[in-house]
Amino acid sequence: MDLYEYQGRDLFERHGLPVLAGGVATTPEEARAIAERLGGRVVVKAQVKVGGRGKAGGVKLAEGAEETVARATDILGMDIKGHTVHKVMITVTADVADEYYFSYLLDRANRTFLCIASVAGGMDIEQVAAETPERVVKAPIDAVEGVDEAKAREIVTAAGFPAEVADQVVEIAVGLWKAFVAEDATLVEVNPLAKTKDGKLLLLDAKISLDENAGFRHPDHEALVDQATVDPLEQAAKEKDLNYVKLDGEVGIIGNGAGLVMSTLDVVAYAGERHGNVKPANFLDIGGGASAAVMANGLEIVLSDPAVKSVFVNVFGGITACDAVANGIVQALALLEQRGEQVTKPLVVRLDGNNAEAGRAILDGANNPLIERVDTMDGAAERAAELAAAGV
Amino acid sequence: MAIWLTKDSKVIVQGMTGSEGSKHTRRMLAAGTNVVGGVNPRKAGTTVDFDGTELPVFASVADAMKDTGADVTVIFVPPQFTKGAVIEAVDAGIPLAVVITEGVPVHDTAAFWAYNVAKGEQTRIIGPNCPGIASPGASNAGIIPADITGAGRIGLVSKSGTLTYQMMYELRDIGFSTCVGIGGDPIIGTTHIDALAAFEADPDTDAIVMIGEIGGDAEERAAEFIKTNVTKPVVGYIAGFTAPPGKTMGHAGAIISGSAGTADAKQAALEAVGVRVGKTPTETARLMREIMSAG
Repeated sequence: MDLYEYQGRDLFERHGLPVLAGGVATTPEEARAIAERLGGRVVVKAQVKVGGRGKAGGVKLAEGAEETVARATDILGMDIKGHTVHKVMITVTADVADEYYFSYLLDRANRTFLCIASVAGGMDIEQVAAETPERVVKAPIDAVEGVDEAKAREIVTAAGFPAEVADQVVEIAVGLWKAFVAEDATLVEVNPLAKTKDGKLLLLDAKISLDENAGFRHPDHEALVDQATVDPLEQAAKEKDLNYVKLDGEVGIIGNGAGLVMSTLDVVAYAGERHGNVKPANFLDIGGGASAAVMANGLEIVLSDPAVKSVFVNVFGGITACDAVANGIVQALALLEQRGEQVTKPLVVRLDGNNAEAGRAILDGANNPLIERVDTMDGAAERAAELAAAGV
Repeated sequence: MAIWLTKDSKVIVQGMTGSEGSKHTRRMLAAGTNVVGGVNPRKAGTTVDFDGTELPVFASVADAMKDTGADVTVIFVPPQFTKGAVIEAVDAGIPLAVVITEGVPVHDTAAFWAYNVAKGEQTRIIGPNCPGIASPGASNAGIIPADITGAGRIGLVSKSGTLTYQMMYELRDIGFSTCVGIGGDPIIGTTHIDALAAFEADPDTDAIVMIGEIGGDAEERAAEFIKTNVTKPVVGYIAGFTAPPGKTMGHAGAIISGSAGTADAKQAALEAVGVRVGKTPTETARLMREIMSAG
């Protein structure tokens, strides 16, 4: 889960790291209250999870409450690269003398964590690394030993931080590592880590990703999910413990196992190239040991997407028994009909593996004209794409 | 022969008394795996009956190893306890730990991996979030269905469970030496490269299928490795060509971030070192079939 800047600021503040005083507003009136509390000159920043908001007019200075309200009014509701601005962060301003870069992140290749630090902050670190690699330090962090003062000092020296800020950077490096671990983050990036004219260091921007697998030890992380931007179908799926991602196409996809479903998206997209350029409408993994009830829930979610014109159910029964999947499909259709919902979208079903013969017999026995059985994955994708193209 | 898991492997199960653990212990036994016991400190000293096979429950991995000579552990404990379970296995010095558990926090995986490295990597860790390892006809440690395919001379390494099963099914007439599901998490114990090296060295493996997916650069690094270290033919498949950037596709590690981790980049890297990459699982199986029939 990626956090908004204001959530990152709050998180840093909670962990005792130096940030600018501020708050977040969803209305101009809330912005007024914050400006009055802070007093003087403030900066109003659009909260969107996309770069380039400054250029788009999403970051403005304001003097006093009235101007803050005016700027917040301008920015709230603004569209920045397809992201609607629902919130603005308002902070006091800082007199910045110098800008540095500091981050901790997951290093997949080395199966550990990495610290990246540079005295060239305020710009894209990948660009700095490409143009002046000698100005960027990458230090592997042992996941058990972590970052203590000695390790932090090693990094600070290697990165060449000026002597007058070295002690402050060391303290921040240790504190940031503690926050990184305590919050189960996979990324904390501070860019810029700013030095003010009076020589104090401040964490001026925050890019933070949290590990959703660690949710069981962070009940508070749930509140960080921005409900305004959650797709309603994704929300409905989540409530039913389904792994669903909404996409832009017309062919609904249901499968078991993340890899097989990803592969199914590809095969459908290739088939779509021959059938009106239809594409997959979603990713839905009903999991390894899917039961009839899970199948029914999944089908209900996919069929409720108005963009879906046909559905491809692609199951390889490993642990999952294909007869249970087939029963799930038949029961789901019956259930939807009982509720008075008219199902008109065709279903192409491919079952292989554990109890495939029994599953196929159940589908054939159901005698439902909406269900079409195809025995190969590629063939079924072709047929689902064809049906979706005909239904568009 | 096979890699890492043979008919002589003695397998214990951490979490054997839980619902997933007991279900899959039963399946492993039915597949002919030599399961010799389980670990649960609260039920140590008792036995569990699996359709006539009485398996003892031990207080720790170390106790189980001492008593049974176990050399493989399969871990089914819930995510909250996985780090502790793996560290216990590493402390006992068991040669192979297969971590099936899904949803392990990446800080926990990083910690048990670092711990294993500090201990000199005496334990090979497969997973987490993986289907396990199967050497058809010999032994099965994990949740890979045993009846899809028989023994043969193809080696398979894959990030995904069901895609593994699909590929085993497509090539079931030829058969496999060993199938390894390494898992789709951002940090995993055994990589594509580890499996490629082992298959290259295995006299009973003639060719290798490698299944990858979007996210990270493991496939690119595997390609680098193949270039200088693998002489056996390798066929590849990558899932997620049409996945949009920024969306996690089921596996925690399967996400395209910025320009990194795309399927196209992985395919290009593999093809550059002579690996033939199929567009679909079926086409990938066909490429392997061509190689095997050419002898």
